Amino acid sequence: MAVLLRPPRRSSSRITALLVRSACVLFLVVVCAASAARRDAVEGNNDTSHHPLTNSTAHKKKPFPVLSFNYDHVRKPFEISLWILLALLMKLGFHIIPTVSTVVPESCLLIFVGLLVGGIIKAIGEEAPILDSKLFFLYLLPPIILDAGYFLPIRAFTENMGTILVFAVVGTLWNAFFIGGMMYGVCQIEGAKLADVDLLSCLLFGSIISAVDPVAVLAVFEEIHINELLHILVFGESLLNDAVTVVLYHLFKEFSHAGTVTVVDAVLGVVCFLVVSLGGVLVGAIYGLLGAFTSRFTSHTRVIEPLFVFLYSYMAYLSAEVFHLSGIMSLIACGVMMRPYVEANISHKSYTTIKYFLKMWSSVSETLIFIFLGVSTVAGPHAWNWTFVVSTVVLCLVSRVLGVIGLTFIINKFRIVKLTKKDQFIVAYGGLRGAIAFSLGFLLTNSEMKQLFLTAIITVIFFTVFVQGMTIRPLVELLAVKRKKENKGSINEEIHTQFLDHLLTGIECICGHYGHHHWKDKLNRFNKAYVKKWLIAGERSTEPQLISFYNKMEMKQAMMLVESGSAAKLPTIVSSVSMQNIQPRGPARRRAIPSISKSREEEIRKILRNNLQKTRQRLRSYSRHDLMLDPFEDLSEVRFRKQRVEMERRMSHYLTVPANRQETPQVRKVCFEPEHQVYTYDDSDSTRGPRSSPPDAVSLLSESPQRPSRRGDGELRAKDEQEELKLSRCLSDPGPKKEEEGDG
Amino acid sequence: MGALQSLPGQPQYADLAEKTGFSYDQIGVLHKRFNQLSHNEETLRRDHFNDIPDLACNPIRSQIIEAFFDRRNFRQNGEGTVDEIGFEQFLVVMSHFKPPSLHITDDQREKIRKEKLRFIFNMHDTDNDGTITLEEYRHVVEELLSLSETLEKNTAKSIADAAMLEVASISMGHMEPDEFYEGITFEHFLKLLAEFEIESRMNIRFLKMDTTTLCK
Repeated sequence: MAVLLRPPRRSSSRITALLVRSACVLFLVVVCAASAARRDAVEGNNDTSHHPLTNSTAHKKKPFPVLSFNYDHVRKPFEISLWILLALLMKLGFHIIPTVSTVVPESCLLIFVGLLVGGIIKAIGEEAPILDSKLFFLYLLPPIILDAGYFLPIRAFTENMGTILVFAVVGTLWNAFFIGGMMYGVCQIEGAKLADVDLLSCLLFGSIISAVDPVAVLAVFEEIHINELLHILVFGESLLNDAVTVVLYHLFKEFSHAGTVTVVDAVLGVVCFLVVSLGGVLVGAIYGLLGAFTSRFTSHTRVIEPLFVFLYSYMAYLSAEVFHLSGIMSLIACGVMMRPYVEANISHKSYTTIKYFLKMWSSVSETLIFIFLGVSTVAGPHAWNWTFVVSTVVLCLVSRVLGVIGLTFIINKFRIVKLTKKDQFIVAYGGLRGAIAFSLGFLLTNSEMKQLFLTAIITVIFFTVFVQGMTIRPLVELLAVKRKKENKGSINEEIHTQFLDHLLTGIECICGHYGHHHWKDKLNRFNKAYVKKWLIAGERSTEPQLISFYNKMEMKQAMMLVESGSAAKLPTIVSSVSMQNIQPRGPARRRAIPSISKSREEEIRKILRNNLQKTRQRLRSYSRHDLMLDPFEDLSEVRFRKQRVEMERRMSHYLTVPANRQETPQVRKVCFEPEHQVYTYDDSDSTRGPRSSPPDAVSLLSESPQRPSRRGDGELRAKDEQEELKLSRCLSDPGPKKEEEGDG
Repeated sequence: MGALQSLPGQPQYADLAEKTGFSYDQIGVLHKRFNQLSHNEETLRRDHFNDIPDLACNPIRSQIIEAFFDRRNFRQNGEGTVDEIGFEQFLVVMSHFKPPSLHITDDQREKIRKEKLRFIFNMHDTDNDGTITLEEYRHVVEELLSLSETLEKNTAKSIADAAMLEVASISMGHMEPDEFYEGITFEHFLKLLAEFEIESRMNIRFLKMDTTTLCK
């Protein structure tokens, strides 16, 4: 999300940032003013343009206008684009100044900018755009939620599902009723001039303000890199409490019109909650499965694969909103459901596209939301009431703390890994409110109370985002809360994760009760036996997880090599330990294989690399519809394979058993998991022909029939060189594919 | 051990509770299960474990069963294997999976970590020589992959090789081409899984109340 530019010197960069920002603001102001002026001018023009036609005989003919100004034509998209551009330039500006962005979270800066812009617009007398609820809920919120849901860490989420649900449901209910009730009490105080706020309105207000906001949580927690457990607790809660918020909001809204509440209504409310949440999840799951099923057939139209993911998810959200179900839960369910199967089916490029588009859209949305919040604050009519606002803020904090402590006490009885006091503090402190509360408040019917409520909501949002957002980072450091550990993607850890899973399942069986692991194991087996066959194309459906992880690791290392350029040493050999150190040695082998000097190795590697680079430059071509014919991707494959082959050769340097690369899985997968930061790679990307012949052009080198590796190493290298040159020759004249495959 | 009566009597369980850290209720539940598995005999044998149907689809079943009969897991610094175990040994092995209590010092946490990792190490090191050799590690990976129908021997081998390479790189750093890495010792194993947080992962929930055991 951050674009880092390297400033030549700090002072000049600061000036640059300031200049950039002031330029944007000025430009915006000018345009707004211009649009106001031009609106009249254009209308005037439209009228006068008719006259020449009717009175052409009477008046002189006007000369043909060489240059004309018609702003009205493009007004709407122009302004939208300008806003987005402004927002992003602001974001850019913040990261140029390093000190500010480390102290103040981005969300605060963006709100501040919004305030500024709103102030300027108001000063020049224009009407500022407000964060329209429809705009927010239909266009700005879904990308953020989809991004969060698609990349949700499933393991952590399901392991803590119980805790998260308790916090989300019970916690939010507690918050809503406590705040609503206490606010009613406050309103009854003489002299606060709040006597006309009745109980139901207070409860409605409580339900709006009680929900932890996913956008704000994401914005702040993303920057502090807290450990996974706390992150998923707060974040999961913010996602799942949407159902509660939706139900409470509609419930109280209905009641405040009706005036009275009966027991039947309360029961209906509970039923409504179940319907809303489970219905939302169901809708999302259905769309997710549809999306997974569709992705099974996209092997010939790779270009539109990402669109399926986005559209199915968006449809899930909209469909849920049609029935007033929880759109957020639907979106999360869709992403979670779709992801494992889609990832197995789509190509590397599509995966990267999906990842980057999601990150991009969610980043833009978030930026816009915060800026609009700032602008709306300045724009909207306010009804400031000290008692109301201050007590709201205080009550929010108090209820959050009480809720977290109380619930943790109960939850810890059921958890294996208990939540410590530090954890509780962070969970309580991370209960940020955000734009959802504002938009819900905005949807209220226009009345005095609406302005009162909105003012209070905005104050709470500002308080949580500014005060809590800014202080959480030093607090985390002060309390020495565990940070997110860098996941190196160690294969040993993966082996042991799986080993541990099976071990614990086995022990549970021996103990004789159906525990957490037992059910997980059953689900996995069901998934493997039935679901994967339907939703994953080809041979991938039977690939065990350990093998796909291993392939991911290999490809990650290969890609690291490629990306870091030619001068990098192979990372596995950073410690100069190679396979020979591990393999048990026999006396006969030592004689047969002479060692190769390092300089010779370097020479050979350089030659290979140069050949690849030359062919790469010649073969660049572009086609909008036919990704499959893109030889650049082909060449990347060549490089990957080449590097991988080199690595494998180093690893199996002195093995007697020839590395049977034909037997290693042909079809692999590339995906980019942010948590693991690994790549895998899909060969099927390059296959144009029928799937039955998986070896592609690249496989020449590695899939060549078993080279008797008992030959001296020098010979081995020479032969590879020859093959390499042959390979580059084939690729230099891109003939029909059959030729390439058959060659070598 | 002599015959243990299945009375929920406190005195019998007192020293067991002290040794293993389970509560009396938990010991009672586990004792019932022990009797059920051993068909009310005093000792458990390997074939008793084979009767458990759900265990049959577990890929590392044989290693789990072996772990119960491995003297190294009985916390008495023994070596070798036995053919049958009593309730006390059963309980001691189970106690490796007890979750750590909430308030423990860092030293205790480290101790618990070592214990659990030692358990896993013993499961890998089948020949009791104190190191996990490449062959043993390969066996582990093969077992893990044994459920999949498309098992290719060489894939398992290359995965194990890569893993071994990683261990060697982490533990040894720099090795001459002539040196030979014998195998993973326990210290290297600890270093390898330093980030693994095993004390919070290798736990199961032990019941305090006896629910009807459906997982026969």
